[in-house]
Amino acid sequence: MAKILDENPRPTLKDRVTKVNGSVQGSQVWNSIFRPGSIFRKGYTDSPRNRSYVIMNSVLYHLHPVKVKRHAVKVSYTLCLGGLSFFLFILLTVTGIFLMFFYRPEATQAWNDINNLQTSVAFGLLVRNMHRWGAHLMVLSVFLHMARVFYHGAYKTPREFNWVIGMILLTLTLLLSFTGYLLPWDQLALWAVTVGTNMMGYTPVLGSQVRFVLLGGAEIGPETLLRWYVLHVLFFPFIIVIFMAIHFWRVRKDGGISGPL
Amino acid sequence: MTEIPEHLLKRAQAARDKAAAEAAPAEPAAAADAPASDSRIPAHLLERSRAAKAKTEGGAEPASGGGGLAVAEKVAAVVAAPAAGGGIPVGAGPGGHTQRLLTVVKSGSIQEVKAAPVDKVHTWPHLLAAEFVAALACTAFVFVFSVFVNAPLLQYANINKTPNPSKAPWYFLGLQELLTMFHPMIAGVTIPGVGLILLILSPYIDKNPSNKPEDRKFATSLMTIFLMFWAVLVIIGSFFRGPGFNFTLPWRDGIFFEL
Repeated sequence: MAKILDENPRPTLKDRVTKVNGSVQGSQVWNSIFRPGSIFRKGYTDSPRNRSYVIMNSVLYHLHPVKVKRHAVKVSYTLCLGGLSFFLFILLTVTGIFLMFFYRPEATQAWNDINNLQTSVAFGLLVRNMHRWGAHLMVLSVFLHMARVFYHGAYKTPREFNWVIGMILLTLTLLLSFTGYLLPWDQLALWAVTVGTNMMGYTPVLGSQVRFVLLGGAEIGPETLLRWYVLHVLFFPFIIVIFMAIHFWRVRKDGGISGPL
Repeated sequence: MTEIPEHLLKRAQAARDKAAAEAAPAEPAAAADAPASDSRIPAHLLERSRAAKAKTEGGAEPASGGGGLAVAEKVAAVVAAPAAGGGIPVGAGPGGHTQRLLTVVKSGSIQEVKAAPVDKVHTWPHLLAAEFVAALACTAFVFVFSVFVNAPLLQYANINKTPNPSKAPWYFLGLQELLTMFHPMIAGVTIPGVGLILLILSPYIDKNPSNKPEDRKFATSLMTIFLMFWAVLVIIGSFFRGPGFNFTLPWRDGIFFEL
């Protein structure tokens, strides 16, 4: 009896996990998801080859090369400002999508929706706070990123055009922040935007026409709210994502980040 | 004309001299020795192969001619042939050259040569880990800040009730500050427009190729003045402007500023 038990021991939990793991990772579904050579398919042990595969066999390859210049990973050089701007954009997209579930861009509803979000939606106040502070932080980090790039002379050949794209991204960031400013439809939003757009009206030739189109009238009103909502949640994010893609692509094409000094 | 590297010229001269020296004796016997003397194969190896050849010929004789022997003899004949011919091969150029130097193509013109190997590290883990930590720290900062500080939500918007002061978002407060000094078109359009265009064009204006701080004192100073100019205007507009957008001191009259 003891002998029989020894020959067919009950599988331990570890054996079962190994077996399930093996059958999952050997399945066609799993292998169709992860590319050959992916660390999710063949496991990861630290070796130069696997370090390359982590990038090469994942979507990160669109963003990063397998190897970068040693000085480029120094935090003291970039201060992570460009990467943090991109990360804040992602954070703002996530929190912004959450806010969209509770918000109607109508003058009669907008303020109440935000008020309800803050008082009766779980984590509503927290997410709105994160969206607002994150937005101010993004304006700041994009601005500091620009200063950092200037002081390192990183806009010089061959990176001239990427600097121009960066300036477009800075402008778009300001526009994203400014269009979002109106959406709570409180006194702060209304009058800050009024002051901001009044200046725009003085632009020669097209100033007042552009202002009229953007505001949906001669003065800020309910139409403005809808327009700026669409600009804020769809139009400018769409444009900025395109320019970000070009910006990141150019960083790699122009030979990685600049320097060392 | 392409300049020919010195070592190639020297080599050609040496070959020419050698050919002349060989032609002078013109003795077939001397020529037979030549392959051994000017060959680059070390003498002891030649000695060894000669001994091995002699041994094979000696040892193969009793075996009464196998296939291997025939091959060995043929090879030996081929090897011996140029030596027997001696002197200058038929169809050689002036000075006994069998090859001519047509041109020297520098390697840089036909292939990309990396001047110096670049010191690189793997993106994973060296860069990705740093980025991940930065992203986590940023999230943590925004999260904690948001737990403790609430975003402002003032009264419902009222077109007929202008707050005093009315201020633009903080990043436009520099412009609003300029409005107190200039005509709206100058302050709101011309100055920021010219500033933005100059900033966009800076890589095309700044022709200095160096990125070293000590070589770019002028550019650095100009940018610092530009940034400080806006920073000071934004700070004044944010904290030192009260009702009617008149100058106030924040420690005396309080702060009229919402983010």
